[in-house]
Formats: sequence, structure tokens, C-alpha cells
Amino acid sequence: MSNVPNNQYADDYMNTIMAMVDNKAAQDAAAQAPVAQSLDRRSFLKLTGMAGGGLVLAFHVGDKNVAMANVDTSAAFAPNAYVRISKDNVITLFAKNPEIGQGVKTALPMIIAEELDADWATVRAEQSAVSAAYGQQMAGGSRSVPSNWDTLRKAGATARAMLVSAAAKKWNVPEGELTTDKSFVIHAGSKKRASYGDLAELAATLPVPADASVTLKKREQYKLLGARITGVDNKQIVTGQPLFGIDQKLPGMLYAAYEKCPAHGGKVKSANIDEIKMLPGVKDCFIVDGTAAATTGYPGIAIIATSTWAAFKAKRNLRVEWDETNAAKDSWAQFTGQARELGKQQGAEKVKETGNVDEAFTKAAKTVEGFYTYPFVSHSPLEPMNCTAWYRDGSIEFWSPTQMPTAALPLVAAAAGVPQDKVKINQTRVGGGFGRRLMNDYMCEVAMIAKRVNAPVKLTYTREDDMTHDFYRPGGFHSFKGAIDANGKISAWQDHFITFASGGRPVSGGAMQGTEMPGPFVPNFRLTQTKLNLGQPTGPWRAPGSNSFAFVTQCFIHELAVAAGRDHRDVLLEMCGEPRQLTAAEGGLHTGRAAAVIKLATEKAGWGRKMPEGRGLGLAFYYSHAGHFAEVAEVSVDKNKKVTLHKVVVAGDVGKIVNMSGAENQSQGCVIDGFSTMMGLEIGFENGRVVQNNFHQYPLLRINNAPIVETHFIESDFSPTGIGEPALPPLIPAVANAIFAATGVRVRTLPLTREGYTV
Amino acid sequence: MLRLNVNGKDVQVDDAADDTPLLWVLRDHLNLVGTKYGCGVAQCGACTIHLNGTPMRSCQMPASAAQGQKITTVEGLAKADGTLSALQKAWIDHDVAQCGYCQSGQLMSATALLKSNPKPTDADIDAAMAGNLCRCATYIRIRKAIHAAAGNLKAGAK
Repeated sequence: MSNVPNNQYADDYMNTIMAMVDNKAAQDAAAQAPVAQSLDRRSFLKLTGMAGGGLVLAFHVGDKNVAMANVDTSAAFAPNAYVRISKDNVITLFAKNPEIGQGVKTALPMIIAEELDADWATVRAEQSAVSAAYGQQMAGGSRSVPSNWDTLRKAGATARAMLVSAAAKKWNVPEGELTTDKSFVIHAGSKKRASYGDLAELAATLPVPADASVTLKKREQYKLLGARITGVDNKQIVTGQPLFGIDQKLPGMLYAAYEKCPAHGGKVKSANIDEIKMLPGVKDCFIVDGTAAATTGYPGIAIIATSTWAAFKAKRNLRVEWDETNAAKDSWAQFTGQARELGKQQGAEKVKETGNVDEAFTKAAKTVEGFYTYPFVSHSPLEPMNCTAWYRDGSIEFWSPTQMPTAALPLVAAAAGVPQDKVKINQTRVGGGFGRRLMNDYMCEVAMIAKRVNAPVKLTYTREDDMTHDFYRPGGFHSFKGAIDANGKISAWQDHFITFASGGRPVSGGAMQGTEMPGPFVPNFRLTQTKLNLGQPTGPWRAPGSNSFAFVTQCFIHELAVAAGRDHRDVLLEMCGEPRQLTAAEGGLHTGRAAAVIKLATEKAGWGRKMPEGRGLGLAFYYSHAGHFAEVAEVSVDKNKKVTLHKVVVAGDVGKIVNMSGAENQSQGCVIDGFSTMMGLEIGFENGRVVQNNFHQYPLLRINNAPIVETHFIESDFSPTGIGEPALPPLIPAVANAIFAATGVRVRTLPLTREGYTV
Repeated sequence: MLRLNVNGKDVQVDDAADDTPLLWVLRDHLNLVGTKYGCGVAQCGACTIHLNGTPMRSCQMPASAAQGQKITTVEGLAKADGTLSALQKAWIDHDVAQCGYCQSGQLMSATALLKSNPKPTDADIDAAMAGNLCRCATYIRIRKAIHAAAGNLKAGAK
């Protein structure tokens, strides 16, 4: 069986990023230590108002050592890489990270505009160039807001300070007498007003002040942040303007399709290339050697044509003999059989052990066992993978809907065989990411293709290519045993996690640390694992790891609560205990913030109220991406096992909300994505080949099954953290627990269609 | 050669094979890229256009079959002077889009719905819109925006 160790490059990368975000939350919390007292929610919020701290940034605004390559500096006033002000008062603010539907093209400029005191109604928000001036540019790990919060506030405040200095100089008044509002500097005493545009040229002659000398607003001074702001591209979206990668067109552009071995990692032995070249609209057809790793582009056959349709149609006529010596040979049916057997014993490796688990089981008043299964799933963003590239004169330029442009640079340089300084990447709007486009395989493929095409070329995947050549969320199996002591407390927790490995290491999204609840809170805890070798490529899928681990851990806690005859909410709150910040090694959550969202969600959902027969409430809490989220699902199940999710109440704490509209939209999206996935989505494979290839076999939830989602945010004074992912993980166990409440039947296998449920 | 009427204009396409789906003629030959490719098998609705006012999946229809009929795409929803339709405005006011990729198809289905049923209920909306997938799951806001455009926001919105 083949190993694809290079797939782990994305894992390492994502892990670093998660650690940065989590550590920042921990630093913020550490900076306000007095919180560790017994507090109700109100006083907790008041105390957290003292939060401070900050991330050590690799790049500071105004850093003269950072190359400004690719950055447009033509405006009258360009104090840093984020702000442009022209003489006619056009203010352009740049979003450095890709817009994938998570709202950063609106949210990041909002942060700058707030400190700049710019008139949002006239601000132009643009996607920035890909340049070293912006540091790491990526959309992943719910990281865009937290890791740019300080930089962007300083970028706006620095520009504002320079405009104020310019006005003071022009009017010969002290800076202290000047205020700013809606892109104007105002001198109340003399009733003088000057637009930022009027001051731009003078401001440009002034020195950029040091970061430390720039004052940032206090939260109570915010006018824009926290408001409901519609997305900056919305008008272009509703009028069908070319925004996305797949919409790009260049003069003389050709269209490419790319056929890869259906069993991942296979090579081309032979193909009817000469026949394909004769087909209408086909300009060329050739074998691409590719690489051994999925992340840098597998081998395949490229078809170059005069239209997308001509390329797709010719692709259907390809007849290829594949060399599958080193290709994946996985079978999901075989894995599930193996896992059931393995689940009867302890795992091959110990991951984490505390206390004395065996003794706790002997002394237990009750023990409970459960075997949980979840499948592989696909990302399936609605815009299929695509990228346009133009190779000319030893340089290559891309128009790419990627989540990870900076990380793409060395990969595509290698694929095109050019030095990295001969690569230019233009960011387009991205028609959905969900983690799929953290991988730049399709960029490497088009780079290898473009080198052989004497014109710009756009590679587009068919839906079938997209679904059968994804980097899947790995499936997994958990064999649980738990103990309850005489006081009704969880006294022992044992999880044998049967996961997948490549190159000897757990695959992306398949590594568990035992830091999830209840790990840090149970006195006797044992997590072991057994790894099954996998040939399929895997990758981060919205809230990687968490989206699976929340299901199994939060359901099994509920199983234990039920066995103990106790209220689920009480058990979770008891676990949280006194408000305190756990270290990153302990999982990084704040027990006070956790308890606050659990209390809020249950309160708003009417937890404990009597439900009619066949209808129930389910609760779950999960901490991921530095976000604390509790959700209560209201579900009914009829006698034919038809599941209706009526309503979900979400309570979240991600600190200050930047754009309330965007935050609520992400919460709704996470909830429905979670429900869609748990009900009916799975990717199976036989002999290394993915079984599902289009939406008829991969039934994403439709509007008629969408629940009501009610979202409540606790805007604690912690630095803001991301919102694209953390509302998803708790939804799955909340619904599964609600099904139990409604029916008394425990569901332990996803998708639920596997157990006969329907929506 | 194809002769089509798109958004009220007669156009001619010389270089498309006869069996080319209308979707690809619109996108690659006429540069009307608002109509999207999502699945190619009429499962997702991203390619929805109107043929004589009726919503159709353009990925399934050979362009040659659309000759002599009135084709409307998302680019044709606003008035010639740029005034947006009530639905387009509602989509902006309610910040419906996340990634935005499916939204032109959603708007085409919603436009057809309001034409035949100016005051739809939630159930009417669900029935009319169930052919359009939104991978970001903006369904709650789609319902709300349709109600808003229909002027019955208070009646049935959620």
C-alpha cells in the first residue's frame, strides 16, 4: 500500500496555526489572572473587561524592512500595505486573506476602517496582492481575524494619526484639538473640516509614527465594529459579475481538463492520446508526469481545448491504462470490519493516561460502553477546483481561488520549474473552501500544464474529478468505556481511538490528544490509539478533528450522564467548575467562558421543559479555534425514523464580534453544514477508488430541511477569535443527543442514513 | 452557428459545437459567467436560467435547443439602467451570500417563484427552492430575503 507522507505538510502547517490562535487566547486570559474566582456570568464578563495581552507579530505596520513587492503604492497617501487614500478622498482598504465565504473581505477592512474613522459607505474593500508585505496570507484555522486584529487596528490608527498631524500642520493648531469622523479631520474651535483626501498629499510627506506611539480606540468608542454590515461583493454577486476563479478569462486563453488515476497515486501506463488530439476543439493532449504526492499534483493526462465543454467532452473519450502498483487499495468495508475487532481490546499505543483507570472501573457504581463510527467525507465546495495560469518568458502568473496563496508560492515554483521570484499569484474570490483549498494540488497541476501551452490556460475539474480527488476528512472509530462512581460523577473515561495513518503518523484530522472535554476534568483517563494504514489523501475539513471528536466525546458524556440519572447540563457545568484558563497543553479552553455559553444556550432553549412524545432537546459544548460554543437542538423523530431538526440555539463566545451579520451567517452555516454532514454524507472507497462522484450520491442538505437557528453571542472582552468553524462541532452531538431524548435510542454511527434515519 | 436571444439581445455564436450545453455557451462563448457550473447533472441548480420565463438547468440543455426562445440569465435581472430587482436588493440587504457561488442560481429560482406566487409561504419557498444547493447553507437568509422582496416579511419570516 502506498504512503503519501507529503500530505502531512498541510497538517504541520495547520497545527502551527491552531497553536498560534489557541496560545493567543491563553495569553489574553493570563493577562487577566484575577478571573479565577467564583463568578456568575455577569461579574465574569465585567472582570474579563480587563483583558489585555497581545500576539507577538512577525510583521509590524510600518516595518521598513519588509519588501513591498507587488503592492500598489500609487495613491496620494499609502502609509502601509493596507490603506490607500487618493486626493479625491477614495479610501481603499485591503483584505490580505482570501475571501472563501467566511467574510474576511468585509471584516478585515472593517477593522482598519474603525481605527481610521473612515466612512464605511465610501470605502472600497479590495483583495490585496500576494506579497511578502502582508506576511502569511491564508484562509484557515478561523485565524484571519485573531492573527490580524492588532496589525489592522494599528494600520488604521497609524494612517489616522498621520492625517491628524497633517491637519494640525495645515491649520497650525495642536493635534489634541482635532477629532476625526467619517473620513474627515475636524477642528471644533474653528469649525474647520478637511477630508482625508484633501490631507493625503501632506500626510504622505510626514514620517510614519512608531507603533508604540499610536493610540488605539477603546471598545466603547467603536462605531463600526459589531454592526451588521453586508458583504462588500454582494452587488457583484447578485448581478453575476466575474469574481470567482472559474470566471477568469484572458485573451487567447485555452481550457484544460485533467484526468487522474481513479485509485489515488496511480500512474499513466498508456492512453489513446492520438485519438483525443483528433477530437473537435482539442488543441493538444499529453501525459503529465506529476509527483508521487497528492499535494503537489499526481500524474495524469491533460487535454487542452478551445472551450471547457470541448475539454470535458474529450475527457469522456479517454481510454487509459493505469499503473496502480503504488496506488491506494483501501476498502472502507474492510476498515470497518477490522475496527470492530480492534475495538474489543486496548489500543496499540498509549496517547494519554492519568490516574488509575483500571482501579476506577473496579470501584465503579456503573460502567457504560459504546462503539462510535464516523465516515470519510468530502469538502465539495460548489465551485469546483480550478485555476488559470500563464507561463511566459520564464515567469508564471496565476489567477487562483486558493485558501493558501503564500504557501502555494514554493509549490507552484517547483511545479513550473521557475524560481519563486518568477511567480505571481492573483487572489480571486473563492466559491467555498471548507479546507479543500488549503491544498494547492490543482495549482501545481495547472503549472505543469501551462508550461507546455503557449497561451494562458484555465484548468477546471469536473464535479466528478472534484469529488473523487479530494483530501478527505478521515473517518474513525472510538471504543469507549466509562465509569460512574457512587456520587454519580464520571470517575473514569477510556477511549480506544482507531484512526488512520500515513507514513506512520496519524493522518490530517485523525490525531487526538485527549485534551477535549472531558479529558482535562476526569481523574482517571486513558486514551489509546491503533492506526490503520491509509492510501487516500486526507486534509483539514471545517474544524478539523473537532468535527469528529465533538460527536463522540460529547455524546458519550451524555451517555454517562443518562446512566448516572443526572441532567446533562448539570454534569457539564460541574465539570467546568471554577472559572479558570486551561493551558494550551490542557486544551486551552476557559471554564468560565464554557460555563457561560452552556448556561446561555440552555436558558434560551428552555432546557428542561416538557416535550411531546417523539420530540427532544439535546445539548453539547465544544471548544475549538479559540471559540467556546454550546448548542441545544430540538429534534423530533417519527415512527419511520424521519428526523426533523426544528430549531438550534447557539451560544458562542469569540470575544468582540467584528461583523455581526457575518458572524450570524457563519453560525447558521456551521449548524446546517453539521446537520447535512451527520445525516447523509459519506465517502466510501473500494480498491482505492472513491465510490461517490456527484451530488446524487452525496446528498447535501437542501432548504426544505433547514432548521431555525437562533444565535446568541457573549461579547466578552477577550480579543476576537474566528467564527468560520467553531460553531460546527457541537451541532452534531447536540442533534444525536436530542435523538436520544426524543426516542431513547442512542445513535453511534454516522451518517445517520446508515442506521435507517432520513431527513 | 447558433442564434440565441439572451437578456433581450440577439447574439450569434460561431465556434461552439452543436451539442454544447447552454451553460458553456453562456460562460465560455458569450462571457456571461454569472451562470455557474456546479455539477453538470442538474443536481445543484447553480446553472439555473430562464427559458421564456421558466427556470431551467442550463447544464442539461443543448444550446441549439434554446434557439428562437428568450433566455434570461442573472445578468439580465436588473433593469437596463442598472436598477436592481426587489430580490437582488433583498439579497444585499439581508447579506444572504457567504461564498456567493450558488446565489445567481438561487436568484433565478426565486425570481420565477415570485412571478408565479407573489406571496409565498415558507413551504412554498422550500418547495420552489429545493433544487438549488447552497454548500455554505445560507438557506435561512434565502427564505428571509424572498419574504422581504415579496413584502411579507412580518407574515412568515424566520
